[in-house]
This record gives sequence, structure tokens and C-alpha cells, in this order.
Amino acid sequence: MPRVEFTAHLRRHLDVKDADVSGDTVRAALDAVFAVQPKLRGYVLDDTGALRHHMVVFIDGDQIVDRVGLTDPVIASSTVHVLQALSGG
Amino acid sequence: MSDQILLATRKGLFRLVRGGGGWRIDGPSFLGTPTMVTEVDQRDGTVYAGLGHGHFGPKMHRSRDGGVTFEEVATPALADGEDASVKGLWSLATDPRHEAGVWCGTTPGALFHSKNGGESWELVRSLWDHPTRKDWFGGGTDHPALHSIEVDPRDPNHVMLGVSCAGVWETRDGGDSWSSIGTGLFADYMPPEQAKEPVVQDPHLIRICDADPDVVWMQHHNGVFRSVDAGHSWSLCESVDPSVFGFAIASDPTNREVAWTVPGVSDDMRVAVDGAICVSRTEDGGRSWTALRNGLPQEHAYDITYRHALDVSADGQRLCFGTIAGNVWISEDRGGSWLTIGQTLPMVHSVEFF
Repeated sequence: MPRVEFTAHLRRHLDVKDADVSGDTVRAALDAVFAVQPKLRGYVLDDTGALRHHMVVFIDGDQIVDRVGLTDPVIASSTVHVLQALSGG
Repeated sequence: MSDQILLATRKGLFRLVRGGGGWRIDGPSFLGTPTMVTEVDQRDGTVYAGLGHGHFGPKMHRSRDGGVTFEEVATPALADGEDASVKGLWSLATDPRHEAGVWCGTTPGALFHSKNGGESWELVRSLWDHPTRKDWFGGGTDHPALHSIEVDPRDPNHVMLGVSCAGVWETRDGGDSWSSIGTGLFADYMPPEQAKEPVVQDPHLIRICDADPDVVWMQHHNGVFRSVDAGHSWSLCESVDPSVFGFAIASDPTNREVAWTVPGVSDDMRVAVDGAICVSRTEDGGRSWTALRNGLPQEHAYDITYRHALDVSADGQRLCFGTIAGNVWISEDRGGSWLTIGQTLPMVHSVEFF
């Protein structure tokens, strides 16, 4: 199962837990996390469902390409890192 | 007499409290997080605070103990399928029609309403779907900013909005329908053919007079204006000393003739005039203005005061303002003299007596 890990900075604001989830795209993996931790969604995605402007997501070390649709594929062994961009500091 | 002030800053929310030894600074809440705007529901003391996380976006919080502790509530958001997202929380106002009613203005120009103290929010579609909205544009922000929500104390179904840049909007039916109002305003930043169009105006802030809500004051991008017919027509105040430019304006809740501004040089020189901080006051309905400087720095001071960062107490006696340089001053004599409260605080976004 893909593993989704979140920046520790989110823990100042929410009780965020990393998770092993099912899903074959970034969207599916994140949706699986948000189903259990609904408040987290608004911290990571904007109202349109796109990745927030100053957030970044990596899959196994590579930054995702589709920040709007979140269609980048993940596989069972993937680790998805949800981090904050330096641009928003 | 108001003995407490909420100070929303770039690095958190502070409370200024007047005790036996004078004013002290309490807090902060949300240390490190930009706090943009506050609203105190005077009926029960509930405090709302709109945050603007640099990475994680806007978030709404609520306090039941006068701003000491907060809980996160729902944040106004546009629904999936809209072509926009709420970028920032810009204004809050109590809606007295409901026990826990609140209005919230945002960038990109969307107005939201909550009947339950922020547990949930509803987009005010009548404004969002208005045919002119495609012509609204940002002023100082990338997207239109709904920064003023003024509820008529005589009739809560009568609400006036200020949007940068979409001018002044009015509802008389509690938000079911909206009209663009405001003759007499002019916009030097537009081509001459459009300069007097109400919907292109950039009101930096609108404040009604609680004692006579037909009287409305506006600090506009191109000057200070006053209306005596609830915002339908406006007169330019031509003699604001030392400058007509600024962002903030305060309306005396007890006297329709009195208002204060914090002048800057001009829109292309956003600094204090002559390196000296002052507050300008009129006591004759805007005909004449006096620069008040007693206690304020008069050399090498370049501060600008943001639009929400000046407030007056409910009795019209006390004033407080804070600047982008983290200076905060309070007056207890209507601006005649000023006490320095802080000189190293974070950039001040908003000030509210309660």
C-alpha cells in the first residue's frame, strides 16, 4: 500500500497521522487519508481540490507534475511526501 | 469604556488590556501565524479570528472566553466546481438577525454567511453570481478583496459592503439581492470614460456612523469621502491634513461629524508624510481636518497603517492604531495625545476594541 507522510509542521495545527492507504493516484491516496482525517483536506488542498499554492507533493522523491488534477500515479511501494514549499514562508 | 483591544498581526493575535497600571500586552495566540481580522459579537463576547497561514491557507477560529483560547471552526470555502478558491479572510461582521449570525468577506470577493457561529458557512450566491463580478479586479491584492461589511444598526437586513475593486454594494433584503451604489466617487487610476463608474471604485475602507447610520465615511484610493444618504452619493473631503491618501478610517460612533484617518503620501509613495506619523481628525463633517501628532514620532518614521488597523471605542473617546512596522499607539482623548504601546510588535493587520 502507498504510504502518505505529512510535514511535521502540520502537527502544530492538527493531529495529523501518516497513513498506509490504497489508491493508484495521488488524488486517490490523499482522498483515502482525508476520509479518516477530514480537517486535513483544507490544509493541503484549496477549495477547487487543487494542491495549495505553497504546498508540494513528492512521490518517491520526485515532485508531482499535475498539481490540479493530482493524477500522478502511485504504486504499492510508493511513499508520498506532503510538504510545505519554501515559497510560502 | 472599552478596556480591551484585539490586535491581529503578521505573527499572531495579541490582546491589549487596560488595568490598574495602564495598558499591557497579553498573548499572543497563534504565535507565528498571520492573523488577518477579528470580530467580537458584542451580544455574548464570542470572538472570531480569521487566520491566513502562509502554506495551509485561510482558517477560521472562535473563542468563547474573550480571545484567551480558540478552537478551529469551519472556514468559508467555495464549492467544488467553482473556478476560484478562497485566498484570504478579509472582513467579519455580526449579523444580529441570528443568535450566532456572522458575515465574512474574502478574497476573491466572495461573501459568506453563517447562522451558527462559524460551524458552517454559506456562499451568498446573489452577490457571487452578479453579472458584474467578471469585471471586478484586485486592488493591492491579486483578487478582489471584500474588506468592509457594515450592518445598519436600525435594520440588519440593510448591509453595505466595500470591495477593492468593485466599489460599494448594498442589500436591503438581508442579502437576497445587491445593488452597486456610489455616485460622486472617482477613480484616477481608470481611463476617463470609466472613472466615475461605481463598480470600478476602490474604497479602501467604509465605516458607518452608529449614531446616524445614513452617515458613511470612506477612505478611498483617491481621497476621503462622506455620504449622508447611506452610501448612495458621496462628497469629497478636500482639505484632509496633511494628505488625502490612506487606508484606514474610523467613524465616531456617537457623533456624525467626527472621523479620523491615518494619512500617507500617495498611492505611489506609501509612507508617512514627511517622515512623521499623524492621525487626521475632522469635527465638522469633513470640511476641515487637523493633524494630531502629540506623542507620535515626528522624524524618520515611514509607517503605513493598514485599512483595518485603526479603531475607535464605542464611546468615541479612545482610539488605537498599529502599523506595518509594529508600532502601536492608543489615545484616550479622541486623538489629542498618544501613548506608545509597542514598538517591536509584528506588522499589524487589524485593531478592534471590545
